[in-house]
Amino acid sequence: MRFPVILHEHLFSNPWLMQLSAHDLTCQRGDRLLFSGLQMDLQAGQLLLVQGGNGRGKTSFLRLLSGLSQPEAGEVRWNGESIDRVRETYQQSMVYLAHANGVKDDLTPVENVQIYAGLRGQKRVPAEIEPVLVRMGLAACLDLPARVLSFGQRRRVALAGLLVSGALLWILDEPLTGLDVRGVAEVETLLREHVQAGGMVVMTTHQPLRLQGVDTVMLQIGPVMQVDGSVSAPANEAA
Amino acid sequence: MWRFLLTVIRRDLLLAARRKGDWLTSQFFFVMVVSMFPLGIGADPEQLRRVAGGVLWVAALLASLLSLQRLYADDHRDGSLEQMLLSPQPALILALGKAIAHWLIFGLPLLVIAPLLGLQFALPPDAIGTLVIALAIGTPVLSLLGGVGAALTLGLRGGGTLLTLLILPLYVPALIFGAGAVDGVLAGLGAEAQLSLLGAFMGLCLLLAPWVTGAALRVSVD
Repeated sequence: MRFPVILHEHLFSNPWLMQLSAHDLTCQRGDRLLFSGLQMDLQAGQLLLVQGGNGRGKTSFLRLLSGLSQPEAGEVRWNGESIDRVRETYQQSMVYLAHANGVKDDLTPVENVQIYAGLRGQKRVPAEIEPVLVRMGLAACLDLPARVLSFGQRRRVALAGLLVSGALLWILDEPLTGLDVRGVAEVETLLREHVQAGGMVVMTTHQPLRLQGVDTVMLQIGPVMQVDGSVSAPANEAA
Repeated sequence: MWRFLLTVIRRDLLLAARRKGDWLTSQFFFVMVVSMFPLGIGADPEQLRRVAGGVLWVAALLASLLSLQRLYADDHRDGSLEQMLLSPQPALILALGKAIAHWLIFGLPLLVIAPLLGLQFALPPDAIGTLVIALAIGTPVLSLLGGVGAALTLGLRGGGTLLTLLILPLYVPALIFGAGAVDGVLAGLGAEAQLSLLGAFMGLCLLLAPWVTGAALRVSVD
C-alpha cells in the first residue's frame, strides 16, 4: 500500500496532486458480506473501471466512495484524509451519477441542470447550460419537461449536470445504460477528455468501452466472470 | 450556503407550481373537514364558537399529514434526494429548506383560508385575529416536525400510516396551545400566555427538527 505524501494546503488547487484511496473497505448488506479488505488507489488522470457480476457490490462500493453509505470497516480517503473529515471539500470536488438520474420530471433539462448546479453552490445561467445540453444531443428538447423525454435522454441530462459542475472526480454507476451508439461514443469522448485534463473517474459498466490513451486501472469485485479484451490494463488487487 | 438554501426552496416552489393539483389537495381537505362540523353538530352559534379553535387546529394537523407524505418521497424515488445530500452543504440546511418550502406551499395558504372558515363558526373578529396569529406561529411547527416524520418513514411500505402515528403525538403541544389561544380570547382571558408557549415550542422545533431530519435522511438513503 502506497501512502499519500503530505502536501501543503495551497498545493491542493493543482488537480494533478489529487488522490482518492480506499483502505481495507468492508461492505456488508444485511447478513451478506459483499467484500472485505478492499484496497484502491486512484491518482489524478486515471480512470478506475470497477468490474464484477451482478449483485457483487459494485454499486455499494461506489456509494461508499461517494460517502452516501458508511463502510462496515475501513475508510475512504481524499488526499490522505478520511472523507468524513473533509466532507465539504470532498463533495465539492465530486459528482455521483447513480442508477436513478435525479432528474425531475416536471422541470425542463435547462432547469434541471441549473438546480443541480445551484445545489452544489454554483450559479449557472441558461446560456452556460444550453451549449452543454446541445453537446449531449438534447438540442431539440431544451424547453420540454423531462417527463416527455426518453430514459436515455434523461440520462444525458444527468450527464450534462456532471459536465456543468466542473467537478474533478466523477463517480459513475453504469453511465451507459439507456444510451444509444452515438451517446456511448460521446461519453467515451467525455471520459477521455476529462481524464486527460487531469480529472478522475470511477465507473462501472457492463458494456465494452474504447478507452485508448486513457490511463485505466481495473478493480475486480467478486470472482472474474469474463475477460474483457477492449481494455488492456492489468487487473488491480482483487477483493 | 445561502445559495443552496435558496435553491432548495426555489426548486420546491417551482415543482409545486408545475403540479398544482398535488398541494391544492391538502388545502381542499382542510376546507372540507372544517365545513363538515357545522353540518354535523348543528348551526347553534354558541356551540360552534366553543369548538371552533379545536376543529380548525385538528383539521390543519390532518391536512398537513396529507401533504407531508410526499415531502421527501418523490425526491427519494427519482434519485434527487441523494444528489441533494451529496451537496457540499450539511443535510440540516436541506431539511430546513424543505421545511420552509413546505410551509410556504402549505402553511401560508392556510392562513388566508382560516379567517373565512372562522366566520363559518361565528367567531368574533378578535378571536379570528388570534386564530391567524396562532396558525402563523403553529404551522411552521407542522412543517418542521412533519419533516422529521417524513424522513423517518422514507422508503417504508405503508409509510403514510406510520407517519400519522409517529407525528400526531408530537403535534399535541401545538394543538393545545394553538386551540387554547382562540379559547382564551373567547373566554376574555387573552391569548398572550398560550401564544408565547406556542412560540417557544416553534423555536425549539426550529432548532432541533432540521438536525434530526437531516440525520434521518442520511440513514434512509444508506
